[in-house]
Parts: sequence; C-alpha cells; structure tokens
Amino acid sequence: MKLKSRICAAPYLVWMVAFIVAPLLMVVYFAFTDGSGHFTWTNLSGLSQYAPVFVRSILLAAIATVICLVLAYPLSFMLSRLRASKQRIMLMLVMLPMWMNFLLRTYAWMTMLEKNGLINRFFGLFGIGPFNMINTQGAVVLGMVYNYLPYMILPLYTIMVKIDDSLIEAAEDLGAGMFYKVTKVLLPLSLPGITTGITMVFVPSISTFIISRMLGGGGNLLIGDLIELQFLGNSYNYNLGSAMSLVLMVVVLLCMSLTNQLDSETKEGGVF
Amino acid sequence: MENTIVALKDIVVDFDGEAVLTGLSLDIHDKEFVTLLGPSGCGKTTTLRVIGGFLEPKSGNVFFGGKDITHLPPYKRQVNTVFQKYALFPHLNVYENVAFGLRLRKVDEKELKTRVLEMLEMVGLHGFERRDPTTLSGGQQQRVAIARALVNHPKVLLLDEPLGALDLKLRKEMQTELKRIQQSLDITFIYVTHDQEEALTMSDTVVVMRGGQIQQIGTPVDIYNEPKNAYVADFIGESNILSGVMQRDFSVEFAGQEFTCVDKGFPKRALVDVVVRPEDIQVVPAIQGKLSGVVKNVIFKGVHYEIIVEQAGTLWKIHSTQSQRPGEIIGMNIGPDDIHIMNKMEG
Repeated sequence: MKLKSRICAAPYLVWMVAFIVAPLLMVVYFAFTDGSGHFTWTNLSGLSQYAPVFVRSILLAAIATVICLVLAYPLSFMLSRLRASKQRIMLMLVMLPMWMNFLLRTYAWMTMLEKNGLINRFFGLFGIGPFNMINTQGAVVLGMVYNYLPYMILPLYTIMVKIDDSLIEAAEDLGAGMFYKVTKVLLPLSLPGITTGITMVFVPSISTFIISRMLGGGGNLLIGDLIELQFLGNSYNYNLGSAMSLVLMVVVLLCMSLTNQLDSETKEGGVF
Repeated sequence: MENTIVALKDIVVDFDGEAVLTGLSLDIHDKEFVTLLGPSGCGKTTTLRVIGGFLEPKSGNVFFGGKDITHLPPYKRQVNTVFQKYALFPHLNVYENVAFGLRLRKVDEKELKTRVLEMLEMVGLHGFERRDPTTLSGGQQQRVAIARALVNHPKVLLLDEPLGALDLKLRKEMQTELKRIQQSLDITFIYVTHDQEEALTMSDTVVVMRGGQIQQIGTPVDIYNEPKNAYVADFIGESNILSGVMQRDFSVEFAGQEFTCVDKGFPKRALVDVVVRPEDIQVVPAIQGKLSGVVKNVIFKGVHYEIIVEQAGTLWKIHSTQSQRPGEIIGMNIGPDDIHIMNKMEG
C-alpha cells in the first residue's frame, strides 16, 4: 500500500523537483554569487538601497488587500445568502472580468484614468477637474484591487455558503445583535476563507510589475518592477534579481505565517 | 385567559405569494408544555419562527406577556430556541457554546461559571466542558443545545423538532428528559413535531395544525379520544374512518348497520364521518358480531397484532392481542363509547 502510493506520487515528485525545487535552488545560488560564480554577500547587502521600494510594495499590497477584504466580505456574504440560481449568475458576473486579458483590463484603466481620459472628461462636463489620477500610488492600488478582487471573493464565498443560517439565528436567539453576530460567529467561522483570500490577493499584489508600470508610471516602481529590470531590462543583473526575489519570498512567507497565526489562535482561545 | 404568556393574533405569513399561515390565532399558557403537531408543510415551524422573531408576519400581532413584540428582533425577546439541527457553534467548545448567551449579557465570570456548570450537570454532560461539539454524538449535541438555550433562563423555550435526528431509543429517553426539565424549571415549552406519539407523551396541550390553520387544541387525552374531525383522528393514532348517516340522537348508521352512540345534536340524516380506533373493535365469533368479515392479513406488531378485515368492501384495521388466521370469518362489535362522530370534512 505504502509502496503503491509512493509510486503514484513519483511523477508529481519529479515535477516538483524539476520545476519548483531546482529553480528555487538556482535563485539561491545566483543570489549568493557574482557574475563569475564566486560567493558574495554584496547582492544581498546592496539591497538596502532599495528598501523604500520594498516598503512601498508591502504597503501598497497591504492596502489593496485590506480594501479587497472590506469590499469582498459583505458582498460574499450577500452572495452566499441568495437563492441558488441567483448565486450562479452573480458568481458569473464576479468572474466575468477574469475572462478578459489581464493586460487589456489594466490598459483600460489607463485610458480611463488619463489626464484626458474618460473620468476626467466626465468631470469636465461639470467643470470639475481635471484630476491627476494616473501615475499615482492610488492608481496602482486601484489596479490591484480591480484585478485581484475576485480572488478575495471566491474563497470567502466558498466558506460562507457552508455557514448554516441556523448558526447566525442561534447567535441572534442568544442575544447577539448585528455587531456580535458578525464578530462572534461570522468572522471566526469564515476565518479560513479570510486567510486564503488575503494570501491570494497579497502575494500577486506584492510581486506585480504590470500594474505598477502601467498605472504607476516611473515614480512608483514596485519590487516586481525592480526584479523584472534585472532580468529583462537595462540593468541586467540576474544575481541582484535573484537576491531581490529571495528577500521578497522571505517577506511573503513572513506575512503568510502571520495570517496563519491569526487563524490558529482563534481556534484555541474562544471568541470572547 | 389570564396566564397567557404568548398570544398570536391573526398571523398571516406567505412565502413568495404562497400562503403558509392564514390568519392563525393561538394563546399559549404560562408554564405549559405545548406541542404544535402536524405534517410537514402545515406551518408549525413557521409559527415557531414567528414566535422566535426570525420571521416577521405579513400581518397580525405577536404578544408576549401582554406586550406587542411583533416587530422586536430575536435578540431582544425573552425566548430561546433549540434548533432542529442543533446549530452549535463549531468554533467554540461545549462550555463556550453554553456560555455564549451569558457572555453577551455580560454576566460576571463567577456567576457565569456556576450557571453553565449547573446547566451541563442538569442535561447530564458533566465533564464535557472542554469537548469540541463536532465530536459529540447526536444526543449529546442535542443536550448541549438545550443547555445553551436554558442557561439564559428564558420564559419560553422553543423547540423545533429537536429529536428528529435521534434513533428511537434515544428519542424516548430524551422525551422523558425534556418533560422532566420542563417540570423542574417550571417554564413554558413550545415544541414542534410531526410525531404524534411524541406529542401525546410530553404535552400538556396539543395543537394540531394543517395547511396553516389550527384543527384542534386540547389535552392529549381529549385530542385522542375526542378528535374534532376525521383529519385529526387520522393524524393522531390510527383509525378506521367511515362515512355514516346520523339517524337521530344517539343512533348512527354506517357499514350497513345501525349503532348506538353517545353523540347528539346533529341534524337529522346528517352525513358524518365515523371514527373507530383499531384497538376499540372487539373480535368475537362471527355469529355474535354485529359486523362480520374475512381476515385478509395479520401483522405482528410486538404488543399487538394488526388484523386487516374485509367487511362488505371496507377494509377494517383491528388491533388485538389475539392473532387470527387469514381467510377466517370473524365478527366485530363496537361499543357506543368507541364510536366517534364528527362533521364531514370538506375537501
């Protein structure tokens, strides 16, 4: 039995080694070597000058994640309480933007946010504006929220449809008003969905380079842009790029373990 | 009535235009064990939800201790509910589940602990405080749900088919248990079930419902012995229901014979439903019976035999401790007290 399951796992193992473990090791290798293959710390130690970019990336990704969560949470709850046929249609609408090309969607926002874009022209009709919207951090966050919102909605919705109405009614029956119904029952029960949603929005947000390039202009480089520059751009220094990737990975892992901590803590201690 | 605790007045509820309750009025007396009994879809759970506040009626009023609470949300009502599927909080252990309501009311920690432990003791779950409710058996979960509701000292406890998911033996045990709890706490229980035996066993008052309306309200004995119509008779216990004609006071004709009965006051030659309980038919030798028929089938039911007899095209159901041989011709007698006459149901 054990042997059989091992044999079955073999193709997957090969896949993992070839496409996940090996590339990871290569990233580590390049991060600690210079162009001629000698061991060096300079790649990593030199990263300190990019600290502002790291901070900006984390901050913008965090803001986008929080906005996604705030928007998606009530929406997902409402979705999960609709009738089954309506749920399907609404889910479809949520997914609809994802059927379109990512680049195209982001380009669309470019033309809308531009100085002579759709939004400013609309405001112009009332004599307001024009507002400076494109090439700001706000635009980058907007792009992140717009693109990754479905990834927050889906895990939240999935967990919320499993929360029985009677649990919420039970809370109400025992004296819980709106606030306590949400904080003592709904939130703790939907926590796994929240952590999954946070991961699925935060990780792509922190490493994106398309959104920041298109909507953030040159002034709002994110860590993803920096890494891209090292591999495909003018700076072409894949040792430095690997070091950045490595640090980004550590940052992501740290953030994830933090959210997971939250998850397991509430399990143990109760909600009051 | 003076000691009415919950009163429903002309409650109308419909779901998407489909009428569920059609002008239902009901007074529930304090400290009584009241059962709403009826088949699924008769509106009994809906009635309970209206009392609990989970459903606002389209029209009509709900009174609690004389005060109109029609528009009061559930968390402000002095009632607690034991839900059909228990609805225990899976993220909390047994102790915290029971403590939930008290914590919301900011009861101080010492009193809270006493009350929770006391309640767990009462439902027989001493030592289960740290257990995860999802690891408990159905019967244990049920007890936690009851403790969670009762710990808040509600004036009225609503129970929505709480024993539906338990096996027969456990169900009987819990029935006795619930009755004991109700009597020792001296509060009102409003209990919803489709199981007539359960209703008869536990209740002080049974409310038989059908199609969103009340058919009969009464004590279990009254309901069983004096069903108001053939529907109630059929639903409560087993019955033989026949069409008959009232000849005059104290005399009814059915199954081709005239019988003496105890009913009077019907119009002359009124068409009526005649209900005879299977255990009220005496089996006698064919020659001595007022009616006689051929035994079609005999089923052993444990305490008694169920005998199906064909008499002039009508199938009679008889419960008897004496078995009969299929194919045999037997006689049947029915005493005047055992003939229940009721107005013919329309529809």
